[in-house]
Amino acid sequence: MDAHVTLRVDGEERSLTVDTRTSLLDALRDRLGVTSPKKGCDHGQCGSCTVLLDGRRVVSCLALTVSHDGAEVTTAAGLPGPDGRLHPLQQAFWDHDAFQCGYCTPGQICSAAGMLEEADAGRPSHATADLDPAARTPLTDDEIRERMSGNICRCGAYVNIVAAIREVGDVSEVTER
Amino acid sequence: MTETEQPPPLAAHAVGVPTRRLDGPAKVSGTAPYAWEHRLPEPVYVHAVQAGIARGRIVRVDTAAAEAVDGVLTVLSHRTAPRLADTSDHELAILQGPEVGFRGQIVGAVLAETPEAARYAASLVRFAYEEEPHHTELRDDSPDTYTPAKVNPSFPSDTEQGDPEAALKEAACTIDATYRTPMQFNNPMEPHTTVAIWEEGDPEDPSASPLLTLYDSTQGSHTVRTTLAPVLGLGAERVRVISPHVGGGFGSKGMPHAHDVLACLAAKVLRGRPAKLALTRQQLFSLAGHRTPTVQRVRLGAEPGGQLTAISHEVLEHTSRVKEFAEQSAVATRMMYASPNRRTSHRLAALDVPVPSWMRAPGETPGMYAAEVAMDELAEALGLDPIELRKRNDPTQEPETGKPWSSRHLVECLTTGARRFGWDQRTAPGARREGEWLVGLGVASSTYPGYAMPGSEVEIVHRGSSRYTVRIGAADLGTGTWTVLSQIAADGLGVAAEDVRMEIGDTAYPMATVAGGSSGVSSWGSSLLNAVRAFRDQYGDEPEAGARVRAGYPENPARERYAVHSFGAHFAEARVNAVTGEVRVPRMLGVFSAGRIINPLLARSQFIGGMTMGLSMALHEEGVFDHTTGHVVNQDLADYHVPVCADIGDIEAAWLDEEDFVSNPMGSRGIGEIGIVGSPSAVVNAVYNATGIRVRELPLTPDKLLGE
Repeated sequence: MDAHVTLRVDGEERSLTVDTRTSLLDALRDRLGVTSPKKGCDHGQCGSCTVLLDGRRVVSCLALTVSHDGAEVTTAAGLPGPDGRLHPLQQAFWDHDAFQCGYCTPGQICSAAGMLEEADAGRPSHATADLDPAARTPLTDDEIRERMSGNICRCGAYVNIVAAIREVGDVSEVTER
Repeated sequence: MTETEQPPPLAAHAVGVPTRRLDGPAKVSGTAPYAWEHRLPEPVYVHAVQAGIARGRIVRVDTAAAEAVDGVLTVLSHRTAPRLADTSDHELAILQGPEVGFRGQIVGAVLAETPEAARYAASLVRFAYEEEPHHTELRDDSPDTYTPAKVNPSFPSDTEQGDPEAALKEAACTIDATYRTPMQFNNPMEPHTTVAIWEEGDPEDPSASPLLTLYDSTQGSHTVRTTLAPVLGLGAERVRVISPHVGGGFGSKGMPHAHDVLACLAAKVLRGRPAKLALTRQQLFSLAGHRTPTVQRVRLGAEPGGQLTAISHEVLEHTSRVKEFAEQSAVATRMMYASPNRRTSHRLAALDVPVPSWMRAPGETPGMYAAEVAMDELAEALGLDPIELRKRNDPTQEPETGKPWSSRHLVECLTTGARRFGWDQRTAPGARREGEWLVGLGVASSTYPGYAMPGSEVEIVHRGSSRYTVRIGAADLGTGTWTVLSQIAADGLGVAAEDVRMEIGDTAYPMATVAGGSSGVSSWGSSLLNAVRAFRDQYGDEPEAGARVRAGYPENPARERYAVHSFGAHFAEARVNAVTGEVRVPRMLGVFSAGRIINPLLARSQFIGGMTMGLSMALHEEGVFDHTTGHVVNQDLADYHVPVCADIGDIEAAWLDEEDFVSNPMGSRGIGEIGIVGSPSAVVNAVYNATGIRVRELPLTPDKLLGE
C-alpha cells in the first residue's frame, strides 16, 4: 500500500509516494537521495541513522515515513549554514578527529545537536545527580558520555567525540550567560 | 642507484604534522559516498536468503509465494542462478549446488523494485532440506583436530627450539594455564555492501566481453577484482571496483565474501540495471567472517630471578569445513621474549560453522592476550614486578631467527608508560578498596610485525605550477589514507600538501595491495616515493605540465636481514564493584614504538581506537553459539556487546620519537593493529590486581568475579 507524504528535508520541501512500510531512513536514502543518515543496523541499536525530526533526535530507521507527513527533518548535511560553514559541532568533530571511518559520524553529530538542546532544557539523564529541573546541571564528561550512548562508534573515537562535544557545550554555555 | 632499490629516507616537512583529515568536511556532513550511496539510475534491490540448517542438502525450493509479491523481478536459487566459472573457493561458490555447509549460508536471493518488496519476499522463499548431523562446538577434546599446512598468512603451524618439556620439568617456577576466547565479530558500522552493474559486451564484437562495475565496501579494490574476475569468468581488465570511502572493516572487508558474488550474479541476470545488496546487521554474523574461538594452553618455566627457561604456547581453534582459515595465535610467542627452549603449535577443528577470517590483528590479538596474562601470572608467582619480569626477558635479537631488530624499544615503552601512568601506586592484589569499589592496575606488552607488501604502483601527474595528482587504488577505511598519502607525496615532491590531489579507492588507478596487516602506508608510501624518484629522474626539477610517471614497489633487501616489529606497553586501571562484580576501566594508557608517526592527530585516533576494541574484547564481546541450531544467537548490536560512549573513560596514547628506515623510506611501521594487541591483557591483569581473582576466559563478565 502506498501513501503520499510531504517532508521538509534540510530546508527543502520534498513530496513523495512511499510504501507504508518504508522507514524514514529508507525514504531519505533510497527515495530522496539524502544519504547523510547512515544505515548501520536498521533496528534502532546503533544510532548511525539519527536525524533531527521536528527538532528532536530520533533513529530514523525506527520511524515510519507515513507517520511523519509534514515533518521537518534535519540531517547532518543540513546542519552547515547557508554560507556552507560547518556547524560548530561538525567543526569540532573535524578538529578533534572525532571519527575515523565516518559512517556513524552524521548520526553522532545530529545526536549531539539534539542532546545539547535536551541538556539545555534541563532534561536529566542517568548521570544527573540533581533531578530538579531548576538545578542547572553542568555538562560534565559523564553527562556527555551517558547522553551519547545511543550512538555506537566501532572505530573507537569516543574519547575524541567527548572532547569535541565538550568544546561546543562549553561555548554554548558561555554564550547563554 | 637503480629504480628497484629503496628510495632514500624521506625528509619530513608535511610528514609529522597533525593535519586534519582531508575527507573531514564530507564525513561530518555525511556527503562522502559509501558503497550504497553512489547515484545510479533504476536500481534493483537484492535481499539474500540464508540456509536454515547447519549441514545437509536442499531437496526442494518453493519460490512461488515470493515471486507473487508485487515488485519482485525474480528469485535466485541454485536451480536458477547463473553458473560461475571457478567454484574452487567454497565460500564464494554460492548458488551452484544444493549442499549446505553452515547455517546462514546464502542459498537464494530476491531481486525486486523496492527494498521492502525484496525483504518481504525473501521471507516467503521456502526450502526443504535433507539434514545431516552437524558439529559446531570447539571443545578441549574435539575429535579430528588437525595441523594446518600453514597459519595465516604463511607461517609454519608448529615450531620448536631446545627441549621445552625437559626445561619445564627442571624450572624453579612454572605456570601452566589454559585461556579461552570466544567467537568475535568485526562489526564495522557500515554493513558489507556491493552494488554491481553487469553490462553485456557488443554481440557484434567478440573481443568486447562483458563489463562489470562494482561499488564495494572493501579494504582492497584490486583484491576484489583479482579474486572475483576468475570466479565470474571475466578478464580482470573487464572488472572495475570503486570504493572511495569505506565505513570500517577491521579485516572483514579485506577480501570479497559471498555477498560480493551474489551481487554479481544478480547483476548478470539484470543485464545492465544496478543490483544493490547490503547485508543486514544480522547477516554479517554468518557472512562477513569472524574471529575463531581459541583454547590456548600456555606453559612458562623460569629461574627464581625471572629468566625464562621455557615457553610453550599450544593453540586450538576452529575453522569452517567450507574453507580453511588458520589464525596464527601463537606466532607472536616466537619472537616476544628470550628463552632457550620454546614450542608453539596450532591445531584446528573443522566444523560446520561460517568461515572465519581476519579480525583486527588476527593471531596477535588472541595470542598475546593469553601470553601476556601468563606473564602476569608468572610475575605474581615469582614475586616480581611484571614490568621487571619483562625487562629481564627482553631479547637482544629475534629469538627464533637470530636476526637483529630493526628497532626494539619495548622496555622504554614500559618504563615511559609506568612513569606516566603512576605504576608506583599499584598495591598488592585486592588491597585497594574505595567504598564498594576494588581498584587495581595492570600492564601488558604489545607487538605487531612491520609488514610491507610488494605489488603496489603509483602514478604521478604534474598538473602544472608544481601541483600534482597522485593515483593509487588504495583504500581509506578510516585509516587516514587520503590525508597521510598526500603528506608523504608532498614531502617527496617538495611541495605543500595542498598542492597534491590524491585519487584513491578505484581499480581505474594503479594497483594497490590490501589495507591489511597494518601494511597499507608502508606498502603504498614506498611505491609512492619510488614513483617520485622516477619522476625526478625523468623530468628533473622543472617538469612540464602533463609530465607523468608510474612506478612500482622498490626492493628492500634490508628487510630480509632484520626483524621488523613494533612494540608497545598497555596500562589499565580497573575498578571492580565488590557487590555487583561490575568492571569499569576509568583509565588506559598505551605507549608505542611504531617507527615515525606520519600524522600524530590521526595516529592517536588509530591507537586509541585499537585500545578501545581491546577493552571491548576484555569485557564485552562474545558470540554466543547455539550448537543445537548451529548459529550465533546474539546476532545484533543489542545482544553482541561493543562499548558505547559511557563504557569508555580516559584512554590516552603516546609514542616514542623514532624512525625506522629499515622498514621503509618514510621511517614508519604501521599502526592500525598494535593498539588492540595486549590491551585486553592489561585490563584482565588490572582486574586481578583489584580483586585477586584470575579470570582466564573472556569476556570478563561480572558472573566470573562473583562466584569466587
